Amino acid sequence: MITYLAKRIGISLFIVFGVLSLSFALIHMAPGDPSSLYIRPDIDPQTMASLRSQMGLDQPIWRQYVLWIQQVCSGNFGISFSQQRPVAEILAEAIPNTLQLTVAAFLIQLVLGTLLGVLTAIKHNTKLDFSISSFLLFLYSMPGFWLALMAVLVFSLKLGWLPSSQMQSLQIADGAWAQLTDRLRHLILPAGVLAAPFVAHTARFIRGSLSEVLQQDYIRTAYAFGIPARKVLFKYALKNAVLPLASLFGFYLPFLLGGAVITEYIFAWPGFGRITVNAIFAHDFPMILAGNFIAALAVVIGNLISDLVSKAVDPRIRG
Amino acid sequence: MGRNPTIQQSSNPAIQYSNTHNTPTIGRRFRKKPLAAAGLLGIALLALLCFGSDIFARHDPNAHGDLLTSRYLQPSMDHPFGTDKFGRDVFSRVLQGGKISLTIAFCVVTLAMTLGLLYGTVSGYFGGWVDAAMMRFLDFFLAFPAIFLILTIVAVFDLNHWYLIPILGLTGWMEAARIVRTEVLSLKERDFILAAKCLGFSHVRILSRHIVPNCLTPLFVAATLKVAEVVLLESALSFLGVGVQPPTASWGSIINDGRGVLLRAWWISTFPGAFIVWSVVSFNLVSDGLQQAFSPDR
Repeated sequence: MITYLAKRIGISLFIVFGVLSLSFALIHMAPGDPSSLYIRPDIDPQTMASLRSQMGLDQPIWRQYVLWIQQVCSGNFGISFSQQRPVAEILAEAIPNTLQLTVAAFLIQLVLGTLLGVLTAIKHNTKLDFSISSFLLFLYSMPGFWLALMAVLVFSLKLGWLPSSQMQSLQIADGAWAQLTDRLRHLILPAGVLAAPFVAHTARFIRGSLSEVLQQDYIRTAYAFGIPARKVLFKYALKNAVLPLASLFGFYLPFLLGGAVITEYIFAWPGFGRITVNAIFAHDFPMILAGNFIAALAVVIGNLISDLVSKAVDPRIRG
Repeated sequence: MGRNPTIQQSSNPAIQYSNTHNTPTIGRRFRKKPLAAAGLLGIALLALLCFGSDIFARHDPNAHGDLLTSRYLQPSMDHPFGTDKFGRDVFSRVLQGGKISLTIAFCVVTLAMTLGLLYGTVSGYFGGWVDAAMMRFLDFFLAFPAIFLILTIVAVFDLNHWYLIPILGLTGWMEAARIVRTEVLSLKERDFILAAKCLGFSHVRILSRHIVPNCLTPLFVAATLKVAEVVLLESALSFLGVGVQPPTASWGSIINDGRGVLLRAWWISTFPGAFIVWSVVSFNLVSDGLQQAFSPDR
C-alpha cells in the first residue's frame, strides 16, 4: 500500500512538473517580451534595463526556468503584473472562495443527482423516468454560461428573488445568522449553475448502475425473504450501485474547477476562476502560470483521491 | 464494444465482405430508436438552416441598422429574434454564427479523431514499452485541464478564430486514442490478424486494411459525442471573448453581446443559447443511439 502510494505520488509530481514546464515554454514562445506590456516603450533604456533585471528577464532562458522552478517549489509564484502584489497572497484570498462554491456545487450534485438517479431507476422505463431523463439530457447539453445568464434573468432580474453577483450584499446586517443567510442567498445561483451538468451526470450514472443491480439475484432473494422494499433499495441495492460512483468523485474535481472559471466570471465571484480569466485578459504571466499550477494540482489530487477512495470502498480492487 | 458485429470476421480474413454484410443490421437497429432519429433530424435541420443562411436570413448579419429606429427591436415577423445594439438582425447572426461554430466543431473533431486514431493504433498495435511510454504521455495530456491550456495559449498568442481548430484538436484527441487503443488491443489477438501475419503482410498493410477499418465504429460514436463537447467549449471561449472575434458572429459571442442588456433585450442572449442546446442535444441523442446500435448487448 505504501509503495503504491509513493509510486502514485511520484507520478503525480512528475505530471505537475511537466505541466509547469509546458506552461513556461508556451509563455516564452510568445512573440515579444512580457515586459513590453507593462513598460512604456518610450522609457529611458537604462531604466528599462534595470526593470528588466528586476523581473529577471535579462537572464538566459534556462536560468530563468531554473530560478522559477526553485521559487515555485518554495511556494513563491512571483509578483502579479497587474495587481502588483504577490501571487501567493492573491491565491490565498481566492481559493477559499472557490472552495465554498465548489463544495456547495458538489453537495447539490450528490444529493440531487442521487435522488433523481434512484427515482429514474426504480421507475425504469415509465413516463416519469422518460421525462426526468429528457430533462437531464437538456441539463447536461446546456452551456454553463448561458444557463447562468438565463438563471440571472429569471431569478434576479425578473423575479428579484436572488442576488445576481458577488459573494455578499454591500450592507449586511450584523450577526452570524444574517451573514450566513446572506452568503447562502448569494451561493444558490452560482452553485446551482455549476452543479447542473454534474447532477445530470451523477443521476444518469446511478440510474444505469442501480437498474443493473436491481436485476441481480441477491435483490430478488431479499424480496423473497419478505424484506421491505425500501430497505432492499437503500440498504442492499443502493450501496452497490453507488460504489462505482465513489471512484468518480475525485475525477470531478478538475471539472468542477474548470466550470468554476466561467461561473465565477459571470457571477463576479471573487475566486480562483475569475482571477485566472482576468489574468489572461491582462497578460499577467505569473498569475497565469500559478493558475495552471493549481489546475494541474487539482487534476492529480483528484485522480489520487479517486484511486484511494475506490480502493477503500471496494476491497475487490487491489494493486 | 463492437464485438458482436465482427464475430464472423475471425474465421473470414476478407473483412470487406462481412463489413458490408453487417451495415444494414446496424442501420436497422439505429432506425428503431426514435430518439436517435430525432437527433439526426435535429442535426439535419440545424445544418440546413445554418449553411443555407443566405436563403433563410433576410438581413446581412453584420449590417448595422438605423441607430435611432432599429436598436433593440423586439422579436417580430421581420426580425424573428429581434435586433441588437447596432440594429443588427439577431436571427441572421445566429444562423451565421451557427455556420462558424459547426464548421469549427467539425474540423476540430476530424483533426482530433485522426490524431487519436493514429496514436491509439500505434500504441495498441506495437504494445510493450512503446505502448507504456505513449500511455504515460497521454496521461500527462489528460492531466492538463483543457480550458486552462487553451486560455494560456490564447493569452500568449493573439490569434484569430481559425487557430481554435488546431488548438482544440491538439487538446482533444486523448479520449479517441484510448478508445482506439483498447479496440486494437483486442483486435490484434484475433485469428484474422494472425492469418494476415502468416501471409507475410507488412505492418502498414495489416494496420491500414485490417485493424483501422475495424476501429472506426467506436471512433464514430466518440466523434459524435466530441462534436457536442466542442460546440460547448468553443461557445464558452467565444463568450469569454477569446474565441471567435467580433464583428464575426458565433453563438458564444452573440450571447456575450446580450449579457449586459439581459433585462432590456433578453432575446439577444436567449436565442443563440437555445441553438447551442439544440445542436448539443441532437448530437448527444445520435451518439446514444449509435452506441446502442453498435453494441446491442449493453
